[in-house]
Amino acid sequence: MAAEVMLMNEIEATAAQMGIDMNIDFSSIQLPPGENCGIISDDDDVYHDDQLEFDSGFGNVIVVDNLPVVPREKFEKLEGVIRKIYSQIGVIKEDGLWMPVDPETKKTLGYCFIEYNTPQEAELAKEKTHGYKLDRAHIFAVNMFDDFDKYMKVPDEWAPPEIKPYTPGENLQKWLADEKARDQFVIRAGTDTEVLWNDARQSKTEPVYKRTFWTESFVQWSPMGTYLATVHRQGAAVWGGANTFNRLMRYAHPQVKLIDFSPGEKFLVTYSSHEPSNPRDANRVVINIFDVRTGKVMRDFKGSADEFAVGGAGGVAGNSWPVFRWGGGKEDKYFAKLGKNMISVYETETFSLIDKKSLKVENVVDFSWSPTDPIIALFVPELGGGNQPARVSLVQMPGKEELRQKNLFSISDCKMYWQSNGDYLAVKADRYTKTKKSTYTGFELFRIKERDIPIEVLELDNKNDKIIAFAWEPKGHRFAVIHGDNPRPDVSFYSMRSTHNLGRVAKLTTLKGKQANALFWSPGGRFIVLAGLKGFNGQLEFFNVDELETMATAEHFMATDVEWDPTGRYVATSVTSVHEMENGFNIWSFNGRLLYRILKDHFFQFLWRPRPPSFLTPEKEEEIARNLKKYSKKYEAEDQDVSMLLSEQDREKRRMLKEEWEKWVSEWRRAQEEEKLERQKLRDGEASDEEEEYEAKEVEVEEVLDVSEEVLSFEE
Amino acid sequence: MRPILMKGHERPLTFLKYNRDGDLLFSCAKDHTPTVWFADNGERLGTYRGHNGAVWTCDVSRDSMRLITGSADQTVKLWNVQKGTQLYTFNFGSPARSVEFAIGDKLAVITTDPFMELTSAIHVKRIAGDSTEQTEESVLVIKGPQGRINRAVWGPLNRTIISAGEDAVIRIWDFETGKLLKESDKESGHKKTITSLTKAADGSHFLSGSLDKSAKLWDTRTLTLIKTYSTERPVNAVAMSPLLDHVVLGGGQDASAVTTTDHRAGKFEAKFYDKILQEEIGGVKGHFGPINALAFNPDGKSCSSGGEDGYVRLHHFDPDYFNIKI
Repeated sequence: MAAEVMLMNEIEATAAQMGIDMNIDFSSIQLPPGENCGIISDDDDVYHDDQLEFDSGFGNVIVVDNLPVVPREKFEKLEGVIRKIYSQIGVIKEDGLWMPVDPETKKTLGYCFIEYNTPQEAELAKEKTHGYKLDRAHIFAVNMFDDFDKYMKVPDEWAPPEIKPYTPGENLQKWLADEKARDQFVIRAGTDTEVLWNDARQSKTEPVYKRTFWTESFVQWSPMGTYLATVHRQGAAVWGGANTFNRLMRYAHPQVKLIDFSPGEKFLVTYSSHEPSNPRDANRVVINIFDVRTGKVMRDFKGSADEFAVGGAGGVAGNSWPVFRWGGGKEDKYFAKLGKNMISVYETETFSLIDKKSLKVENVVDFSWSPTDPIIALFVPELGGGNQPARVSLVQMPGKEELRQKNLFSISDCKMYWQSNGDYLAVKADRYTKTKKSTYTGFELFRIKERDIPIEVLELDNKNDKIIAFAWEPKGHRFAVIHGDNPRPDVSFYSMRSTHNLGRVAKLTTLKGKQANALFWSPGGRFIVLAGLKGFNGQLEFFNVDELETMATAEHFMATDVEWDPTGRYVATSVTSVHEMENGFNIWSFNGRLLYRILKDHFFQFLWRPRPPSFLTPEKEEEIARNLKKYSKKYEAEDQDVSMLLSEQDREKRRMLKEEWEKWVSEWRRAQEEEKLERQKLRDGEASDEEEEYEAKEVEVEEVLDVSEEVLSFEE
Repeated sequence: MRPILMKGHERPLTFLKYNRDGDLLFSCAKDHTPTVWFADNGERLGTYRGHNGAVWTCDVSRDSMRLITGSADQTVKLWNVQKGTQLYTFNFGSPARSVEFAIGDKLAVITTDPFMELTSAIHVKRIAGDSTEQTEESVLVIKGPQGRINRAVWGPLNRTIISAGEDAVIRIWDFETGKLLKESDKESGHKKTITSLTKAADGSHFLSGSLDKSAKLWDTRTLTLIKTYSTERPVNAVAMSPLLDHVVLGGGQDASAVTTTDHRAGKFEAKFYDKILQEEIGGVKGHFGPINALAFNPDGKSCSSGGEDGYVRLHHFDPDYFNIKI
């Protein structure tokens, strides 16, 4: 084509001639699955790994061994029996059952091949019938056909594995050593996922790493912030590194839906659920537990969705993820799953049940681990129409001794809240009133660390108040409750140590009529944000619990999420894409000063990068708190330098902009002057060009309206 | 100062235009009657009756004698400003979206919407000095851009025509040949429909507002992007102060979504930005519903806004306004 610009209508005419539709909306184009337009995805090798398994095409074939050896007369009977057993599990292909016969003796050889429609069915058949006892002498040994190949290939001679030289890995914790002691966060908006520094001093963000289509559904930090996990169709992956984000490990798990790290980030639990081949069956669930560093599957669980639905038979806990809850603090020693009439507790050394059996608890519906100790708190609801009371008990692992038990009467519902150090457990119990028509709420407060675990009962001043939210002060001894009726509930603060008696709970204060429905304590305690999300349109109140005073009230209109940074210095509030408008996030100081706000359309996630626990001893921390002035001097000086530098940069930038603008203006004046004559011609010689140099003058006009003369008599 | 609320239109405002002397303000609305007001006290001076559809746009001649209006009734009408009588009617097969007199008022550029089988088009008509000699004939018709062309204005010395619209591209056309001369860069340009475009007093640069929540300042001769002003709302209307280095953006969410959200969510404010530093310096609240039209008085001492709520608000600036320092 010639370099000359072609007219749009010419282009269209040409296009019409050739029968091309010009109305192409590129964003509407979706490539068919498997088509990549020649753009190679770096996840492709994962794909290939997956497909290798099915390359032989025998992934749906199983081999059943240890069948009886029968003569020709009994062949059909045996075949019938086998067909009956295996067609219950899945659909056997036509001519999919083949039992070879010795050509000389005409007897069967004691094994057969069964071909199913899908590899999943074959897998299931193998699982279900391996070890099946036909009779005493014939215990089925079932294998996947492909496995034979795999094991045949194992070389006879042991070759020593190649030892790779040790290459030191990257410092995955380098972000903690940031000179300016900043924190990072990840955001997801549109197709972009971005990790940013929160540079609060300069009231802006600083980019760390950005990637389009980094994840297919969501991202998640590991609990200590070392890794960022992404979720893909083929599995999950973790990313990290000293200065940027490299892929550290991949965890193959097709169609993974949910992931969960153990608290010490040693293990990663992945979950997927698959449509069954028979629509009457429940979905099949696959859960894998990976070792985060090696990427090895430590244990996998497969079964129907019913088995992994938390709460057994329609329990209290509506939330079914995570299925496995981790206990024993950061050491990742135990994990447990709620089952029907039992809690299955596994330990991570062997990945098997403690004592090889589950903890039997009739009708248990909910349990939770202490955040620090291997203690399980479990709840059993009322049974037999109130004859058998509901109860909460504390069970120590791995010994399974019951430490404490409390019976509760006429209970309708119960929730358990652990304090972050595992010092206290609050059990919120909803009880029926005598008429059973309504409920009221009370708290049972357990002091875990004290001898014999004393329990105290707390009722609100007005015990008919509905509880809207409850939250423990992290690492502290206080808690906050929102109670009362919408639209203006009250917020009360309690302490587990009253001033006179350390062993008694006492109310600190009640704030009347607050527009709040959620509580967000600072990770360091002391400060709390009372937030009115959803119906309250994003009201925020920053409250100091030590002084019992409000530091600031603010609003982030339509805010859906509130999150403190791990140090408790900043608060992020965000509006995610559940709302159409206002998407983006605000960063506030701990005392409620808005530092900056960033708007992003289609905003999905905001997550602060967590920090590992501090290595400082409590004594050392206290010492620092006492001598804060000494330590803060350095930072204050830095702050000042930054603000000086900032204003300097600002001035410089503005000067540049002004200069640039002046250049444009002078250019325009020149052009304007050049064209002056021609313009006059266009206006038929009208000389006035004044609109270009319009100048408003205020002119004062004095007008004599009337003059009248009057003779005034003058008396002497 | 308290804004003057000018009630007179029964439907959402669409366009506002001051005459050159700055004493008259012409307003167009979706009701069928363009109205002229005293720009100082907001008193209604008269109406122009005759259109049979929403009036999208207007322009007034330099001598304030003639008004040209474009309407959804598929006509463009010339009016006698003083008497309110119709001088001439141009008929089109589709609604007229924008009109502008050229320098010298002997030509007018008119854009028409895509309608039925017709594609959108830019028409140039010769405007006769004596309206009895006026003809229907077009001097030039440009077709090509996809979708509606929301605004077309004259470039320096009537040599070029600048158009912008739904396809988010700003184009400069040669008036003599009708050839496309320049297109705005896809990367740096607008990402969504351009809703409004206004020229500086001397025509050297112009400002475009778009639903992509930004307004951009361009050099008229080279189509170089000079500034970008980003906001939180889709921009429906833009205006530039002829006196100070200020630009005003007006907008709000889609009119159809107004009733479904809290009034604060819409942010129906006119936002003032520093033209050079691109920083927000203030806002004027007041309209219920998005702002559809903005205009500055040529003396730069007052401005008016027209909203989806059917009102025109006339703001005379306080003395403080002229001393804003940032």
